[in-house]
Amino acid sequence: MSVKLTTRQVGDVTVVDAVGRITLGEGASTFRDTIRDLSSSGHKKILLNLGEVSYIDSSGIGEMVSGFTTVANQGGVVKLLNLTKRVKDLLQITKLYTVFEVFDDEAAAVRSFA
Amino acid sequence: MADQEGSEGRKVDLLLDSTLDSVDVAEEAVLRDAQDLGFDEDDLHKIGMSVRECMVNAVVHGNRYNARKKVHVMIQRTADRLAVVIQDEGEGFDMAALPDPLANENLLRHSGRGLLLIQAFMDEFQIRPREPKGTEVKMVKILAKAS
Repeated sequence: MSVKLTTRQVGDVTVVDAVGRITLGEGASTFRDTIRDLSSSGHKKILLNLGEVSYIDSSGIGEMVSGFTTVANQGGVVKLLNLTKRVKDLLQITKLYTVFEVFDDEAAAVRSFA
Repeated sequence: MADQEGSEGRKVDLLLDSTLDSVDVAEEAVLRDAQDLGFDEDDLHKIGMSVRECMVNAVVHGNRYNARKKVHVMIQRTADRLAVVIQDEGEGFDMAALPDPLANENLLRHSGRGLLLIQAFMDEFQIRPREPKGTEVKMVKILAKAS
């Protein structure tokens, strides 16, 4: 199963709930298109909920980074929520923990955008 | 596909097309052997991901999806060791010229993290050019002894 992305609004924060795999091919391109669409339609506060993401490969990581820079270039910010241990490990290995703000609690994550 | 069982353990040879479907084929074949050897869930994830990263490099960056070029996958397992060799027929590349994905100025690059992940996940990792051309990656995972 590639990734399924569902978007919801919590105040002025757009929460993207991701389920499945973000890997080279359909998963990564779905992810890229969704973040770009959100950014180009003016969403500047994006919280990416990865709690149900079972697998991310280096292409998926690349898309997360590209999404981060795309949104940042429009004056917005992408933050991460509910990382599994495997995704946390990937961010540690790649040093992307120093780039992304990461939260385990949605309410706290939403407040952090204020 | 060729299977061989001998004094050096079990060997599997796969000659695969340069397609993304081959990434799944290689991963499944390696994971079958890894499961039989007794690797735990976490190690299986690391092994599977390393094979996927390496296969994507071979198919996409090495052979560039060229239908005339193959990816050769060799899996060898002994009692406590799983070795995987993946060879492509591409133009090869200079490892030393690759940007360091952990350098601050490269953290926001879109790509270039695959080899880093393989090195983090596997116990041994070697990469070398092939003659007359192509690249060979060898990676090994050692089964931790139960305490």
